Formats: sequence, C-alpha cells, structure tokens
Amino acid sequence: MRENIKLSLQGIWSHKMRSMLTMLGIIIGIASIIAIVSTITGNSEMIKESLIGSNNNVVTVSLYDGEWEYDMQYSSNPEGIMPLDSEFKDELEAIDTVDKVAFYNSREYSDNSIYRLDTSFTGGIYGVDDQYFGLYNYQVINGRALLQADYDNFRKVVILDNTAASSLFPGENPLGQVVEISGEPFTVVGIVSQTKSVELNINSVSDYYTYANTSSGKMFVTGAVWPMIYRFDEVQKIAVKAVDTDSMTKAGKAVEDAVNEKLGLTAESQYQFKSQDLLKQAEQLQAMSNSTNQQLIWIAGISLLVGGIGVMNIMLVTVTERTQEIGLKKAIGARKRMILGQFLTEAAVLTSFGGVLGVIFGIVTAKLLSKIMGIPTGLSIPSMIIAVLFSMCIGLIFGFLPARKAANLNPIDALRSE
Amino acid sequence: MILEMTDVCKDYFRGKIPVPVLKEINLKVEEGEYIAIMGPSGSGKTTLMNLVGCLDVPTSGTLKLNDVDVSTQTEDQLAKLRNSFIGFVFQQFHLLPEMDARDNVALPLLYAGVGLKERREKAEEALKMVGLEERIHFKPNQLSGGQCQRVAIARAVVGKPKLLLADEPTGALDTASGEQVMEIFSELNRQGITIVMITHEPSIAACANKIYHIRDGVLTADR
Ligand SMILES: Nc1ncnc2c1ncn2[C@@H]1O[C@H](COP(=O)(O)OP(=O)(O)O)[C@@H](O)[C@H]1O
Ligand SMILES: [Mg+2]
Repeated sequence: MRENIKLSLQGIWSHKMRSMLTMLGIIIGIASIIAIVSTITGNSEMIKESLIGSNNNVVTVSLYDGEWEYDMQYSSNPEGIMPLDSEFKDELEAIDTVDKVAFYNSREYSDNSIYRLDTSFTGGIYGVDDQYFGLYNYQVINGRALLQADYDNFRKVVILDNTAASSLFPGENPLGQVVEISGEPFTVVGIVSQTKSVELNINSVSDYYTYANTSSGKMFVTGAVWPMIYRFDEVQKIAVKAVDTDSMTKAGKAVEDAVNEKLGLTAESQYQFKSQDLLKQAEQLQAMSNSTNQQLIWIAGISLLVGGIGVMNIMLVTVTERTQEIGLKKAIGARKRMILGQFLTEAAVLTSFGGVLGVIFGIVTAKLLSKIMGIPTGLSIPSMIIAVLFSMCIGLIFGFLPARKAANLNPIDALRSE
Repeated sequence: MILEMTDVCKDYFRGKIPVPVLKEINLKVEEGEYIAIMGPSGSGKTTLMNLVGCLDVPTSGTLKLNDVDVSTQTEDQLAKLRNSFIGFVFQQFHLLPEMDARDNVALPLLYAGVGLKERREKAEEALKMVGLEERIHFKPNQLSGGQCQRVAIARAVVGKPKLLLADEPTGALDTASGEQVMEIFSELNRQGITIVMITHEPSIAACANKIYHIRDGVLTADR
C-alpha cells in the first residue's frame, strides 16, 4: 500500500502536465466548494456579530401594529400611547437582565424635511436622549456631544455622524454650519462616529434600503426638540442594552412586557410593543444566504462530477498506455487484486492531491474575495478534511472502471503489444 | 518431472474459424535440464512459452508443472506459480522505465509479500550475480541493451524459481552481450535452475543440453 502510494506520487510527478489537467476539474470543484463554505461560515459569523455582538448587546423594542412595525411614515399617531418618562426608564433599568435603556424617535427614511442649502438629506434622523450615544457606542470625534442644557432649553442643535458630515459638507468643516430641519435652522455642534464599525450584510431588499439610508449617514437632535420638528407626541422606540449577549432576548422580552403593562396594551390590542428577536433574525438571514449558497454548492458538485469523469477518462488512457507494464506485472506474479489496488490507489492519490490543491485554491479565492468585495470568510477545518476525503472517494469511484479494466487485461495480449 | 506436456494443442480463432498454432505437443523436462527450442518466426514458439508460463491455457491436452495439472489451479494460484516457481526473460526485457534497476529486480518479491529491506538485499544480490552491482540505481534508459537484459534475468531469478523461461533472450542483443547472457544462463543451470530457452540462433541453442525444433506448430526433438 505504502509502496503503491509512493509509486503513484512518482507517477503524478513524472507526468506533471497531464496530472494537472486531470486534476483540474477536481481542483476547480473543490476550490469553489471551499470558497463557498468559507463565505457561508464567514457570513454567519458576521451576521451574528453585526446583529448581536458588535451592536453592543442592544435590542430595540418598538411599537407594532399587528404583525408590522408601526411606521410613522404611513400611519397617523396611535391614540392613547403615552410618551415614556425618565422615571419609567429607571424602572426598566432596574430589571436584572437590563443594563441601560434609551428612548428615542427616529425617521430612517427620507421625507424631504431636511436640507442643507438646496441639498436634501436622505439619511436617517434621530431624536435621542442622553443615554443613546453611550448605548450605541458613539464617540465624539469633533465638536461636542449633546448637553443637558440642549435638552433643557430646547436648543436647535444637531450632531452628525461622520457619513452625514461628509455627504452634506464635502470638504468643509460642518461645525457651526446650519441644517434646515422642517423649516427650522439647526446648528451643527458635533461629529460622532461609532467606535465598532458595524459592517453591513445585504441579504434582502429591506436590508438594502437600510443600507442606502445609513450610507448617507445619520443625524441626531435632542428628543426634547423632536415634537417641534415633527408630530407632538410621536411614539418612541426603546433601545435596551442587556447585561450580556446571552440575556439579550430575555431583556428585550422583559422590557416589552413592562412597557405594554404600563401603557395598558395586551395581546388583544391593535398596537403592542415588541422586541426584535435578534437570534431569530440572525437565523433567518443566515438561512437566506445559505440557500443561495446551497445552489452554488450543487453547481460546484457538478464540476466535481465532470472532474471525476475526466479522471476516469485519463485513467482509461493510462491503462491502455501501460498495457505492457500491466502484462509484465501479471507475468511476474501480480494478482488481479494487486493490479486493481494499484490503479485505484493511483486514482485516489491523484484526486486527493487535486483535493488538497483545490482546498488551497479555495482558501486563496475566499481570501481574495473577502479582500476585493468585502465578503467575510471563515475557514472551517472539518470542511477541508471532508473535501479532501470526498475527492479521494471520487478517485475511488471513477477509478474503479479503469482499474478493473487493467486487472482483467490478458497478460499475453499485454506483453505482445509492441 | 518439472514440466510435462501431453498432447497439448492451441488454436487461435480467426473470426469463427479455429487456426491451429500448436499441434499435439509432447514435451518432458526433468529438473536441472537446459533445453533450447528453435524454430522460424511464426512457428508457435512464443505461444508454447505462454502456455508453459501459465499466461495462457491450452485448447486441449494437459500441462503439468512440478507434477501439478495447471488446469486445476485458480487464477490466484497461477499467479503464485508465476511468481515463485517460474522466472520469465523476454526478448524486449520489459523493464519498468520509471524504476531503477534494483526496484525492477525487487518487483516479484513485492508481489510475494517480502519486506522492503529484504527485497532490496535480495535484489542487490541478484544484480551482483549478473555483474551489475555498480548499476543498482540506474534506470533502464541509462543502461545498454545487454545490461537491461541482465537486469531482467536478475528479476527472473530473484525469487529463486525452479524454472526459467526465456523467449529469444538474445534476440535484441549484439553478439558480445548475447554471449554474456549465455554465460549467466549456464551458471544458473549449474546452480540447478531448469531452463527452457527459445531462440532461432543455432550458436545460442548450442549452449543447451538438448535442442528441440518447432515448425508449423509441431515439436520434434533434435537428433
Ligand atoms: N493472440 C493471437 N491471436 C491470433 N493469432 C495468434 C495470436 N498469437 C499468435 N498468433 C499466431 O500464432 C502463430 C504463432 O505465433 P508465435 O507463437 O508468436 O510465433 P513465434 O514466437 O514462433 O514467432 C502466428 O501465426 C501468430 O500470428
Ligand atoms: Mg515469438
């Protein structure tokens, strides 16, 4: 056996070009599978991280109209939903899975209410409380943050994130400049950026819109002035920071229940506060990208099949070419089984080698993809081992016919052929 | 009796029509004999050799090797017989080009299940016997025809067979190399190996103790 493997490797080496071409199908097939699997692994990790981890363990709890999240753009303000006050916030923060809570208003769509000179701002606007920036890990990189005095005096000041700053004030210093929100002039007093950058992963149309909006940035005003620029008592959203990642779902549920109870909303009410279930969302996103990838894996599988047929073809040629060698080996006492074993080993070594090369190419491809297109990749060792074993099996399966042909060769014909 | 052929016939089929190649061959070879079979091209020499070497089966008649009827043997048993009882030398050497001399010689031992170290030792011994101890790491394409044939002889005898079958062993060699090969054969025969050699050169056949002639598939003893 060891002998056979050694001989096969010698054979592969002495016919480098041919071996390479034979292995090509296998290499391509395995490489694409490895690349896809790396992308899947990377994607799931990124989804989890961006949705859960790097969002700093924050769950949002917001108002739902039946199945759908209540949307300020299309609906009138619901009756009887009272604004939440800071005492209630303290109550929520007393829940043991909850670390911090922020109330905020937001419009994550463009309603042409914000201008800088003649340019309309297409990003999102947020009316925030004093905890919001801390919760979402924003840091002031220029100017200042919102002050208590801004809240107390209903000051018309606005904070931009760095994306909004560069989209509205390209090449200028935004500090001290004016942005018009619902006809009111607001002065830019600070620029913030998120310390942990949350990379976006677009898997659906709604993801795309979110991306398109955030790509033009966000701006923040005090929650105090929100009623002045938009409707008077718009329903707030609640950002809940859990004590750790594992208790995010629990914290969200607890806050959800507390808010509903406080506002007298029950399961029968039209409106109800619901926390987004991040784990479920992560799974859904993952399933979506996985099903696309599953199709890709089928395609790669077909290329493996074609590769296997290529191996069979070349092995048949090899057997014909080496008729004499086979005849001689039989003449000096090789049994059928040994000839069969020799050719099967050769096929398996060839395809395993192809598999190893494929894994290497796959990793390189995945790395390149992640460099060029910003697709995250993760390497999974078991999938590499399976890939190599799988290509070995391809060699065994597609090598069987040629090997049997070799084993059944008639030694006299074989020796005569010259 | 090391080899006994009784009324052995061999037909080849050209389409449906049987073409007799060997006609009622009767041949007895005792242990230690050295016989030569002569005949013109196409007379059936190689066919006879293939039958004796268990590479082919007779159409009729019985063939006994070491008093065993080969028609009773399974394919694996025949392989074992070829491996340890018989040694083959061909006109075209049939060495494996990618292996060096020592590995070529050791090949039958591999099929006999001998370990690597012992294989190498025995192969080196056999190469020494044919005077090629300096060439153990040469590949066939680095060796002359005569040297290749000596490697092939070393391979044929490395497993200490009782019977050496040689099909025109000097057919592809110049006279000097041919004589070297004949010396080795004589030495092997002195050591007790039975030799059946095919040739069409009378000078080569003269080395044998006994000469047969074959013509149109009929075997006759000399004199
Ligand atoms: N496999 C075969 N099929 C058909 N005819 C064959 C086959 N092998 C040999 N023959 C014929 O048998 C005859 C004897 O061949 P061979 O034994 O090779 O002769 P030699 O070795 O004496 O030159 C030739 O006429 C050859 O054409
Ligand atoms: Mg011949």
